[in-house]
Formats: sequence, structure tokens, C-alpha cells
Amino acid sequence: MNALPWTIYLCLAGAALLRFWPGRSDASVRAGALGVAVGTLILTINAACRFEPMPDGSLITLTKAEWIPAIGASYHLAADGISLTLVLLTSIAATVGVLFSWNISHRLREFFALYFLLLAGVFGVFLSADLFLLFVFYEIAIVPKYFLIAIWGSTNREYGAMKLALYSFVGSALVLIGLLAAHVFTGGSTFDLAALAHKTAPVAQQMWIYPLLFIGFAVLAGLWPFHTWAPTGHVAAPTAASMLLAGVVMKLGAYGCLRVAIPLCPDALAAWQLPFASLAVIGILFGAFAAMVQDDFKFVIGYSSVSHMGFALLGISTLTLAGQKGAVMQMFSHGIIAGLLFGIVGRMIYDRTHTRDLTLLQGMRLTRKMPFVAGTFVVAGLASMGMPGFSGFIAELAVLQGSWKPFPAIALLAAVGVLLAAGYTLRVIRLVFFPDEESTKRDNTPLAPLTWPEISGTLLLIGIALYIGLQPAGLMGWIEGALKSPLMRPCIGGGLP
Amino acid sequence: MSSFVQYLWLIPLLPLVAAGINAVLPTDARRAAMGLTIATMAASFLISVVAFFKVADGGRLCHNFDWFSLGGGHVRLGWLLDPLSAAMLMMVTFVGTCIFVYSVAYMAHDARQKQFFTFLSLFAAAMLGLIISNSLLLLFMCWEVVGLASYLLIGFWFEKPSAAAACKKAFITTRIGDIGFLLGIVWLAKENGALLFFDNGAGFLEQGALEHLNGLAVGGISAATAIGLLLFCGAMGKSGQVPLHVWLPDAMEGPTPVSALIHAATMVAAGVFLIGRVHPLMTTESLSVVAGIGACTAVIAALIGIAQNDIKRILAYSTVSQLGYMMLALGVGGLGAGIFHLITHGFFKALLFLGAGSIIHGCNDQQDIRAMGGLHGPMRKTFLTYAVGMMALSGFPLLFSGFWSKEAILHAAHSTVGSHLPFYAGLIGAVLTAFYMTRLMSLVFFGTYRGDAEHPPHESPRLMTLPLQVLAVFAIALGFLGTPAWPWFTTWIEGRETHFQFGHLFHLETLGLMIVSTLAVAAGVWLGWRLYFQRLRLTPDETDPLQIVVPRVFYHLEHRLWFDEFYEKTLIAGTRRVAEWLTLVEQGVWVGGIWAAAQISIGFSWLSRCYDEWLINDGFDKSCDSLRGSGKEIADAHRQRLPFTLRTIGAAILVLLAITCIWFGKGGAR
Repeated sequence: MNALPWTIYLCLAGAALLRFWPGRSDASVRAGALGVAVGTLILTINAACRFEPMPDGSLITLTKAEWIPAIGASYHLAADGISLTLVLLTSIAATVGVLFSWNISHRLREFFALYFLLLAGVFGVFLSADLFLLFVFYEIAIVPKYFLIAIWGSTNREYGAMKLALYSFVGSALVLIGLLAAHVFTGGSTFDLAALAHKTAPVAQQMWIYPLLFIGFAVLAGLWPFHTWAPTGHVAAPTAASMLLAGVVMKLGAYGCLRVAIPLCPDALAAWQLPFASLAVIGILFGAFAAMVQDDFKFVIGYSSVSHMGFALLGISTLTLAGQKGAVMQMFSHGIIAGLLFGIVGRMIYDRTHTRDLTLLQGMRLTRKMPFVAGTFVVAGLASMGMPGFSGFIAELAVLQGSWKPFPAIALLAAVGVLLAAGYTLRVIRLVFFPDEESTKRDNTPLAPLTWPEISGTLLLIGIALYIGLQPAGLMGWIEGALKSPLMRPCIGGGLP
Repeated sequence: MSSFVQYLWLIPLLPLVAAGINAVLPTDARRAAMGLTIATMAASFLISVVAFFKVADGGRLCHNFDWFSLGGGHVRLGWLLDPLSAAMLMMVTFVGTCIFVYSVAYMAHDARQKQFFTFLSLFAAAMLGLIISNSLLLLFMCWEVVGLASYLLIGFWFEKPSAAAACKKAFITTRIGDIGFLLGIVWLAKENGALLFFDNGAGFLEQGALEHLNGLAVGGISAATAIGLLLFCGAMGKSGQVPLHVWLPDAMEGPTPVSALIHAATMVAAGVFLIGRVHPLMTTESLSVVAGIGACTAVIAALIGIAQNDIKRILAYSTVSQLGYMMLALGVGGLGAGIFHLITHGFFKALLFLGAGSIIHGCNDQQDIRAMGGLHGPMRKTFLTYAVGMMALSGFPLLFSGFWSKEAILHAAHSTVGSHLPFYAGLIGAVLTAFYMTRLMSLVFFGTYRGDAEHPPHESPRLMTLPLQVLAVFAIALGFLGTPAWPWFTTWIEGRETHFQFGHLFHLETLGLMIVSTLAVAAGVWLGWRLYFQRLRLTPDETDPLQIVVPRVFYHLEHRLWFDEFYEKTLIAGTRRVAEWLTLVEQGVWVGGIWAAAQISIGFSWLSRCYDEWLINDGFDKSCDSLRGSGKEIADAHRQRLPFTLRTIGAAILVLLAITCIWFGKGGAR
């Protein structure tokens, strides 16, 4: 457990090491990157196996040192069931991301340096128990994204990168104001999460701090109407970056809402509950509808991410135990499944066909040429539409369960979102993999065969989605323990028995 | 006893293992895949037989376990063995085994045979899991996987555009119903906490929870009614009840064994099974809705079936209609009757579909009954078994199972305290069923062969006719389990005692109903006989005799009462329009708004740049310029007079030193 902070240090060291990797061989760089990623995975799994939650579920301090005493900021890393879940997700995504960037050769060293810098920031955010530190890590995570997209991206990459960076910075500006306000109005002596949650700002201040923090963080989670960075960013990003973006970075936002915004403003929750739940459900439906008419394969997945993250945000804003458990579960599940979808579309298909246009792909007979890809995409699509047996079903069920009590109407609309998910997923499956016979006769050009990193990454993600879907008890137990902790518990309204 | 039910999961597990192994077998391992699929299904059948004898005298066994915890309280799953699940297990495993054997021959020429058997095994696993589930959640999960298997199998020949469209339609249409199902589950979980059917008094089908649910009022109806109706939405989708029936006829695009297994005998009956399972939860209000929808479905689908020409589509509409019958029975309180019809229908409809497959096979993949004819000679075995199936479906009196199960339904509908409309709907449906089946028989088996003369029809291989014969035996024999004289099956399902009483056959009501239903069948057959048998069709292009009699009605029926067109114009076009509109909003308003915001910030930046450049920078530059100018002058001056300057500085230093020394000297003296 105490080794968890080393995920951050390992990523930072890996970033530095890979940037200045000696020798000319790209293969060794890749192996090194895989080594670093697997290292974080081993650290996380090791911690997960030894994880013994506190009796009340609260954060377990991993490292604590004074940092800037003048403002009460400290270097305080801590973890509980929620952080652990997301750290696990991050290290899985990191490993699979390396596997899916195996074919990158352009400025390879810089790519992996930025990749691990981004990951260091993400690990840092999930492990910070000091809000100043959390914010620093949050900013560290934003910068490399810009370069990853702008340098290694595809369609419209400067635009996508800039849009993403600007949205992120606007979001973090809101967060910064909110954090400073919370700091000042609680006496200005500390940035410690638990302390700030214990000694909250006056109610009148909470009323405006809460939306600042929530919206600021939720921008990164793709909250409608601040979601437009997500589809363009995902489309522009190289495969590994879109996997990280959808798989992990969007979770930073949702995590911030749950971990920071809600505990800091317990008295403002009720007033803002309905607006945020409504925005979340609009996002679910909007993303699903938009996904249904896209012509670019990655845009379909991009909008589906908006829709799925809407479930996470809805779960958070239900303020019920079931809903918030579902939200964290959805973060994990979507991280795995979106990573899988982006991996298949970006790496397996786009890198071979050099197009993502659905009508062009229709003529390429992909099912004949790459049956494995067709099969895995169907499985991934099923997972994404909430088929029982996959993690997404548990998550969406829990969110629906949580939202039924406070808002039956919103639960109904969210359920319609589940139906629409089937609609857009089956549409792309039909168009790309099982098109009409007439349109498949055009093309017989062979495609490069699949490589072992792609296949192993895909199978790993499918395996995890299935395992969690069938055996959710472990993860659910971690999450529930953390949600019942003194830090999170006051935020849960009527969900507890 | 309870130790057996703990291992009930073996029944679905065996096919699941087969599916898993088949999935990783190489594509050309056909024989292994087929063998494994059939062997595991047969083994499941044997376990089901044991299970059946465990509860042959009634009773209920269940085994529950924790899965994970959700919002306080654990989500528990479990297995349940009671007469309902035992009967379903027997039917599904037995019919399934027959159909699997048949598929070996039917799919012999398909390149992806291995995949086909993988999907079949997956389906069987999910279907059996659904049946033994003791939790509404587990049932729903299997329910979705069953839907998935159905999707995969309908679209098995995805090269056909119609098949690719049909599988999507089936999945999405049933999922519309599933929204209701899911919300019903969520609501139930909120009110009751647990989703188990039976749990030593804590299950939601047991006394305490039912009283609680009946007591809660939500907008004029009890929570039990509302939840029951939501669950019924799911059943409507899966069991093809009007208005969600549209997917089932299209599902006939799948291979015929799939139509027989999934879209006739088992999966489509899952909705009926669900309502049968949660029957204690259904209140009078919700049951009246079930009966109403069932009655409408029974009549409307039978009407549409009259005017179809594709042999499988006729059977599909017939299936929809019969499912309506089952729902009707459950709705009027005839739980045993409905399930009895489910089981008998499973057998004889599987028989009819397999027979249709044999006919299609024998007529070189022809499905249009207008291009068939005269098959009773060349396809003797198929003809005889098909005739048994037809008579069972139409309800020919005394000898055939369909007669007895339909009689049980009519009896329940007649003796109900509620409206008698379902009863009349049932009678009309009986007439129509007999009519369209006579039409089908006349066109397919009698007259002259109207298809391709160069390829005369031929009988199917033994592997295909054998399952037909087996199923035909059961299409007759099963009926005797539920006659009014000895209604063992119906009372067993309902958990009541029964005794053999021959005299019950001659009760006034029973006898009267039997006569009425016989008359209905006779009327249907007579009409069909007059129209189709007496004037046998000579060419495929002739106008249908019914079209001559009632052209306008036939026109609408032929177009399936425009359900598809209506949905296309409203729901589908509507969804598409909303999606396009939202995308436009996204691109127009949001991107436009962002563009505007960007322009505004660019404007501000430009302003500040002007400010900087003209006011600040200019001023700064000018001061810099003048500074530079003066500096240059000084520098020039210095450069020109350097020796002089050095000398001056040297002299100055000396003078300073002198002054300092004098000053310090004076100070030191003092």
C-alpha cells in the first residue's frame, strides 16, 4: 500500500529516462516504456492485494511532509477504495496504452516522455489528499495532452489540441478560484482535504463555490454543455492518447467532482442537485443522439464517451450511495471499455485503413480481412451498451438504482440513454463490419496482420471488463467502504439504509 | 434435496462451457463443435429430467447466494426449481436437442458452421440460466444475453441486407421493452430491497413483500400494479406482443433452426414465462392489461398471418398470435393454462418450423408458398409430421395437444370474473388459425408443384426427418397431461392437487366449450378448404382467392397493417431528426458560440495589443530611442577624448587620495 506513491515517481523517472534513452534502437525504448507501465501495474496490483481499508473507510496516509507552510499546503498523498480503483484503472490504461502505441516511430522518445508525464499527473491527482497538491498534479496532467495531440495526432490536430487545452485551462481556472475561496473562507490555514471538509466555508459562500468546483472539474468529465472538447480531442489524438483521454483523463474530472467539490460544500449540494443531474442526463441523451449520426468512427466513440460519462456525473449528483457507487464503477468500466473501443478503432482499424469514414470502411470487408477485429469490436460494443456480464451493466444499473429515488423522471431518461447506446453501437457494427453484400465487393487490398501487442492489449481489456462484470463484489466493496467514510458520508443523502 | 438445487447451475453451465470451447476451436473443427453442442445439451436434458422428478409432486427448492453489495443491502442471486422452471427446463432442453440434431444436416453446407453452433450453445446457456434464476436481476441478465444470442443468430447470414437489418431491429425493439423491465427492477429494488423471487419469506413473491407492494399507492394505482406493468413491457418486447411484435416476423431472416428454437419454441416464450414467474405480483389491474394486450395480439397477428406468402412469416405471425393466447391466459388468471399452452406450443411450433425448414430445403431454398405445391408425394415424412403440427396448432379436437391447451385457455377466459372479451378474441383467433393453416397446407402440399421443374422437390435427409417425427409424437402425447379429466399439468404448475375424474369431461361448461372451440376450428378449416383446396392454385402468379373476395382488407393485411411503415415514419425518422438536429445545434450553436467567444477574445487581444503598441510601446520606444541617442552622443564623446579623460580621471583620483590622507591625518592627530 505504501508503495503507491512510487507509481508517480516511477512515471516521472520513466519520462526522464525515456526522453534521454541512449542508443538508436526504438525497440528498446518501447520495451522500456512497457517496463515502466507494467511497473506501475505491478505496484498497483500489489497494493490492491494488500489493501486493508481503514475501519471507517477513510483515506490512508501514504506520505506526508510539509511543503509550503505559509499557506498550509503539504505534500500529502493518501488512498482509499475510490483512489485505489482509479489508480488501478490508470495503471491498466497505461500498460495497454503502451501496447497500442507500439507502431509509433516519430519522435518516439518524446512521445513516451510526455505520455508518462501525463500519467504521473493522473496518478498524483488520484493520490492527493491535499488540494493544493491535487491542483498541481491536475495541471501537470493537462500540459502533455496538448503536445501528444498536436504532435502525434491526426485529423485537425492543432484545432483539437488547442480546444482541449483551452477547455481544460478554463475548467482549472474555475477550480482554482473555487479552491482558493474554500481555502480563504475556512480561515486560510490549510489545503488539507479532510480539514477543509471538516471545517467548511459558510453556507452562503458554499452556494457559489460548489458550482465553480463542480463545473470546473466536470468540464474535464465532458459535462454537457462543456463537452465539445471531448469528441474533437479524442478524434485528433493518437490512439494511446485517446485511450488515456477517454480512459483516464475524463475520470480526473469526475473524480474531482466526487472527491473535492462535494465534500467541500455539503450544504450547497441539495440546491444544486437537480441542475447538475439534469445536465448529466442531457449529456447522456445528447451524446447518444449525436453518436447516432456521425460519419467518423472515432466521433461515434467520442460522443458515446460523453454519454457514458453522463452516467458517472448523474451517479455523483444523485447523492445516494448506490448512485455514487455506480458512478465510480462507471468511471472504471468506461475507462476500460472506451480504451478498448479507441484501441480497436484507432490502432487496429485506422492505422491500417487510414480512414475512419464509416461509408469508406463499409467497402473494405473488414470482417473478412480481420475477423478478430470484428469479433472484438462486437464484444466491446456489447460491453459499451451495457450488456449484462460486462462491468458497464453493473455501473449503469447502480446509477439507475441511485437516481430512481430522488428523480424517477431522470432515471427514465437515463434508461432511454441505455437504449440509444444499443442503437448507435449496432449502427456502427452493421455499417463497418456487416455491411450489405453489394458494398463489400469493391476492395480486396490486404491489410497488415495484427501484432501481438494489439491482441494482448485487447484481450486484457475484454478480460477485465468481463471479470468485473461477473465479480463486482471486490471493487464494489472498496468503493462502498470509501463512500461510507466520514469524509464522503455526509454527502450521501438518502441512500444509506 | 437442497443439495441438488445447489448444483442446478450445471444445466446452463454445460452449454456455456460448450460455447466457450467452441469459440476458441479452429473454424474447420465443425464436427467437434457440433458434437460438443449436442452432447452438452443432451446432458443438460438428463439433469433436467432429474430436476423434474425432484419437483414432480410439487414443491419449491431454492438456493441463494450473495453477489455484491449495492446501495445498502446485498444483491443476491439464486437458483430456483419449481414446477414452472422444471417444465420449462424439460421443454427447452428436449426441443433444443432435437433442433441441434436437425441443424447438423440443415447447416451442412455453411462455411461458418462452427460459429453457428457456438451461438446456439450460448443461447441455450442463457435461456436455461433465465429459467432457473431465482432473482429478477439474474433473470434480466440472462434475458439480455438471450437477446444477444438472438441478435447474433438472426444476423448469421449478415451478407443478406435484410438479415443485417432484421437483427438490429430485433435487438432494439426488444430493448425498448427492456427499458420498462429495467425500471421495474430498479423500482422494485427500491421498494423491496431484494430482487429474489423466493427467500424464506423475504422474496418479493412472498406474502410480506406482496402486501407491502400492494399497500403502496402511486398516482392512483398500487406499486405492485405499476411494477407489474413495467415488467410486462419487457415481456411485450421479448414475446412480440402488439405493438412491439414487428421484430419477430423479420427475425425469420435467420436460419430456420434458429427460427424454430429461438423465435418459436423458447426465447419468445420467455416473456410469457416472466409473467408466469411474477404472477403473484400481478394485480387485477395489471392482469387486465395483460389480457387485453394478449387478446389484441392473438387476433391481429392471426389476421396478418392470413395474407402472408412466405412460409416462415406465416408461422412467425402464428407464433405472435399464439403468444398472445398465452398472455391472454395469464391475464385472465389461467396461469397453468398459459404455461401449458407455452409447452405444447413449444413442441408443435418447433415441429412446424423444422418442417418448414425441411420444405425450404427440399424446394431448393424457396420460401414462397405460391411457388410450392404438391409436396405431399415427394416429401412424405415431412408432410405427415407437418400435418400433425398443423392439426395441433389449429386445435383439432381430442387427439392433439393444441386442442387441450387451447381449451384450457378458453376455459380460463370463460370462467373469469372480468371481461369476457378475451374469450371471444380467443374464439376468433381459433377460427383464423385454422383458416391460415389450411391455406398453408393446401398451397404447400396439394395441387401441382409450381416451382422450378428442373429441380423437383426431394425429401430431406434422415437427420432432419427424425427430429420431426419425435416432435410429432410429443405434439400429440403432451395434450393428455392437461385434459379436463386429468388436468395434472395445469394444477401442478399452480401448485394444487389433482385427481383423475373422467366425469369432468362432461361438465356442461367444459363440454360446451369443447364443442364451441371445435366448431370454431371447423369453421376455419371449412373456409380455408373452400377458398384454397377446392380451387387449387395452378401458377405462382395467380391472385389470392381471398384477395378476390375482400380486396381492400387483403391489401392492408398483406402490408402487415402498416406497423413497420408507421414506426419508420414516426419513431425512426423522429429519432434521426432529433439526432441530426442536435448535431446541428452542436455545430451551429455551440461551435458558433465558441467561435464568437474566440472572436471576442481575439478582439480584446487586439485592443490590448493596440494599447501596448501605440501607447506603451511607442512611448517606451521613443524614450528608448532618445536614451539611445543621448547615450550614443556621450559614448562618442568619450571615445574621441579617451586619453584626456583617462588623464583627468587619474588626476582626480590623486586629488581625492590627497584630500583623504589630509582629512584622516588631521582626524588621527586629534
